Amino acid sequence: MEEDTIICRCEDLTLADIRKTIKSGHQNPQVIKRLTRCGMGPCQGSTCRELLLKEVASAAGKSVGELEMTTYRPPTKPIKIKSMLGADKDDS
Amino acid sequence: MTAKADAVIIGGGVHGCSIAYHLAKKGWKNVILLEKGTLACGATGRSVAGIRHQFGTEINIRLAKESVKRMERLEEELDYPESIELMQNGYLMLSYSAEELELFRCNRDLQKSLDPDNQTEILTPEQAADLVPGLNLEGLYGASFNRQDGHASPFHVTQAYADAAKRLGVDIRTGVEVTDIKKDRSHVTGVVTGKGEEISAPVVIAAAGAYTKPLGEMLGLEIPVIPERHQVAVTEPLEMFLGIMVISFAHGAYFKQTPHGSLLLGVGDPEREVKDFNERSSWQFLYDVFEKTTFHLPVLREANVIRQWAGLYDMTPDSQGILGKTEVEGFYINTGWSGHGFQLAPAVGQVMAEIVSGEKPFIDVSCMHLERFERGELIPEPACV
Repeated sequence: MEEDTIICRCEDLTLADIRKTIKSGHQNPQVIKRLTRCGMGPCQGSTCRELLLKEVASAAGKSVGELEMTTYRPPTKPIKIKSMLGADKDDS
Repeated sequence: MTAKADAVIIGGGVHGCSIAYHLAKKGWKNVILLEKGTLACGATGRSVAGIRHQFGTEINIRLAKESVKRMERLEEELDYPESIELMQNGYLMLSYSAEELELFRCNRDLQKSLDPDNQTEILTPEQAADLVPGLNLEGLYGASFNRQDGHASPFHVTQAYADAAKRLGVDIRTGVEVTDIKKDRSHVTGVVTGKGEEISAPVVIAAAGAYTKPLGEMLGLEIPVIPERHQVAVTEPLEMFLGIMVISFAHGAYFKQTPHGSLLLGVGDPEREVKDFNERSSWQFLYDVFEKTTFHLPVLREANVIRQWAGLYDMTPDSQGILGKTEVEGFYINTGWSGHGFQLAPAVGQVMAEIVSGEKPFIDVSCMHLERFERGELIPEPACV
């Protein structure tokens, strides 16, 4: 099951991928994100963030609240580049 | 509580980790690296991580040549099981005026005079367009190109150095901030951490990007490095179409496609940016980067942007790094790379390890000394943004 269970759908990462990274010594979700791309896809980690945090928490013997949360990066949803072109910069 | 070390390195970016590795490789036993956040969480990780031979000062050309050579076999040298995601298909510098193209020619001549194997060539706009499908030729005078340049993943390069340093015995501590640096008359004696721990050490090396300035102040040193925010937008993964890195100094814009498929689009705004430590991204930047990069590559209009971030250049008055000793004995600095530091870390790490060990460095970096600002011996790097 470990091999096949998808944790991050956008980046095609399995539970095995995440566990391998944790095993190599990383127990900080920010670091795991940067090394594996977990949560860097179009959905911005809306599914995998929690799964990643739970997996790290259980490996580290901590609660999810004690972990450093990965950064929520704008934009919240993907933006088509042309949709912002030609708009007035000062029109907030 | 007091601990002892032979050397303390402040900063867990690519430079700090490269210094740590090279010191340990030279046989330094008790080295501690302190990073206030996580490895590569500062300028290193926010970088678009271009790698190039195409510089305009002798010192950077020499450092770049050595560094590119090492990047090519870094996984092997450091026994790193992952990929550093090196893409070495070339780096294209677009020129939008006759003067700029002339500068690129001068830079190329200088590069070739220092290195007969240098591959830099000056291209016509049409030749440039052959390398970048869909490139807008409007206003384009020509370009400088080197097929041995490229880009890599800053996280993996840093991690590779850190892992290798750890295996050689370096104690890497993340989440530990340095709150004070101690000296005794003219010699550094150690550091104090945010956790209240004192670490005594006869050697302290600051490699903390723009944060090196406040570290210097702890010792009464003035290090002329200021933070300047640059930002990056990332598109959804697209089918690979752009093998090379592209930069336009005239627009202050640069972009690349990672092996994973995403395009990284970067822009800085030196004129209007407030020079502080703000590392948050802004929505205004999106207008700016979309306008500029769709000018170069109109096809980008159809792409979706999925993330953005910001990071800090460590700018110096001549856009050139500051390396080596200071007037406080035992206190060394490696900072001020002004946006082109990532790629030089392999060579600079070794140079720093040699300087700290009292040896003659394998590349003479004496011109990068901190005192050059007082003496008025600036070495402006023309080829950077």
